[in-house]
Amino acid sequence: MFEGIVAGVTTALSFQNLIMVVAGCLIGTFIGMLPGLGPMSIIAIMIPVAISIGDPAAALIMLAGVYYGAIFGGSTSSILINAPGVAGTVATSFDGYPMARKGLAGKALAIAAISSFCGGTIGAILLFGFAPMLATVALLFHSAEYFALMVVGLSAIAAFAGTGKVAKALLMTIVGLMMATVGESALFNAPRFTMGIQDLQSGLSFITLAMAMFALPEAFHMVLDPNRSASGQDNGGEIKDLMITRKEARTIAPVIARQSLQGFMIGVMPGAGATIASFLGYAVERNIAKGEEQEEFGKGSIKGLAAPEAANNAACTGSFVPLLTLGIPGSGTTAILLGALIALNVDPGPRLMIDRPDIFWAVIVSMYLGNLVLLILNLPLIPYIAKVLAVPRNYLIPFILFFTLMGSYIGQNNATELLILVGLGVCATIMRFADYPLAPLLIGFILGGMMEDNFARAVNITDGVSFMWQRPGTLILLIVGLTLIFLPVWRRRRAFARQRAQARQEGVADGD
Amino acid sequence: MALDRWIALIFLVISLLYGYAAFNYPLLPFERGMAFLPNTQPMALSVLGVVVALIIIFSPKARSDDDGKDGIDLAQVRQFKIGQTLGLVAAMVLYAVLLRPIGFLAATTTFIAGCGIVLGERKFHVLIPIAVVTAAIIWYLVQETLGIFLRPWPWFVDN
Repeated sequence: MFEGIVAGVTTALSFQNLIMVVAGCLIGTFIGMLPGLGPMSIIAIMIPVAISIGDPAAALIMLAGVYYGAIFGGSTSSILINAPGVAGTVATSFDGYPMARKGLAGKALAIAAISSFCGGTIGAILLFGFAPMLATVALLFHSAEYFALMVVGLSAIAAFAGTGKVAKALLMTIVGLMMATVGESALFNAPRFTMGIQDLQSGLSFITLAMAMFALPEAFHMVLDPNRSASGQDNGGEIKDLMITRKEARTIAPVIARQSLQGFMIGVMPGAGATIASFLGYAVERNIAKGEEQEEFGKGSIKGLAAPEAANNAACTGSFVPLLTLGIPGSGTTAILLGALIALNVDPGPRLMIDRPDIFWAVIVSMYLGNLVLLILNLPLIPYIAKVLAVPRNYLIPFILFFTLMGSYIGQNNATELLILVGLGVCATIMRFADYPLAPLLIGFILGGMMEDNFARAVNITDGVSFMWQRPGTLILLIVGLTLIFLPVWRRRRAFARQRAQARQEGVADGD
Repeated sequence: MALDRWIALIFLVISLLYGYAAFNYPLLPFERGMAFLPNTQPMALSVLGVVVALIIIFSPKARSDDDGKDGIDLAQVRQFKIGQTLGLVAAMVLYAVLLRPIGFLAATTTFIAGCGIVLGERKFHVLIPIAVVTAAIIWYLVQETLGIFLRPWPWFVDN
């Protein structure tokens, strides 16, 4: 094994491969900033380029760089214009965008870059040490546990259920879950609720919904209320905000450590991936935060930004475990990478580590290098990227609208999708007027399909719902999930009742 | 009735329609004997949707903990630039409809310049070149570099 590691390090550190990492990261970052082009599509686009390189190690190293670059690029558009182009960066926009609105765009991007770097680094170290062992653990997870994991992921909605909003957040989640059922039914993929419209057969597109729920209402809001865009414009892109204070670093350090570990473990399980890791990371950190810090979540909390960023990058690294050791692609992106591996004449599976140790270890080493290069390239660029917000309103808004339209169009190549986008965007803007939180709808939509599939599989295997209490892993995860959903609601109700009782007592005292 | 209750009422209607479709879902012959059916979750969701929408409609008005920064004060609605917003929505709809017939370059240039004009930009010597250059760069990036087809010219030009 040691010889293999040395061969891998030597391969990864060769001049040609270092150039590949840098090129991959740059391409990934810049294309990833365009909403609609997530890591999956960018890697798919880059495969012909990678294959033409010829050397499997160099090609994989470049694709790994593209992967990380694309994820960081996706976070940038989430933070700056509230347009998460990838499901894994939706949770980033929950706190990243409010920070940008407060004039802390530079700092938000720096925190995102550093958290991603730490998440990726810790992930790479874990991958280095435990890859073969973790692969067997991942196989112990069945559909019942996956279903329970999705329930834990859904608990992220609790962050949006403020006082008087619990029912609204729940309703939005249910609507999101309903939207996820449009398209193909669980297990057999027969058309369901498509109303005979062929364009709906593949379901509603995530990117259209994300743009309609996040980017469009924000852009419309900026037009409706010019004061709103003015406040962002004055502060946006201040270079001094890039610096993270020592106190802030101390605050986010434990968050990054916890979420890197948790994110990696979730990433290892095939099918879970970066999206669940980021929602779960957000939900867990919010629940363990105390008092004021917890209230800050959703309004520009640095913990709320660091958690999903560290978790999604660690999960991306983790998703390479089943790919490289078992040949099982754990996510859409790794499925495309699997295709690339096969095209490059590399057969991923348990024999890869023995037959081609140079490739196996070179990819792992290059992942770490990719993270390092990303940090070195992006930190100096952040002040310039943040300047996007300083673009005058009359130019910024048309560009945001154009990129949301493009994001939706590129994904589906379908003009009907654009009309759906505009319609949903207008509805979402009206819902914002009525104080309906929009994030739960998107969370429900993203997790809904996976949740139903896994639940259906588990119910059909055990012929009932007994798996919920018969499988200890499922039971524990379900208890954790339900606690994370109901504990904050109960806590808030208790605090509210206490406040009311106090007010009543004061009222009586005044009366006396 | 407040706007949020009107929206809840609309969701109530949607949940009822969705429930109707879920309860009358045509099952395939081999699906009938299974423990979990394709309409099991939709039926549960429709019932939950109806219950939660009714809770919102009939619950007493709760104090929101929102400090007003992100929510919109309805009293200020009259000061809002609704005309501009509707203009932008119309521009987006036109873009969706015209993108294919008139081609990406013309549609995008017109869209960006049009939105700028709707928002009050009058420096045409800056706006129009920016719109043209953006359209050209994005087309080149998407079609020529990434290989995703975007018809550049109108229908009467052979693309």
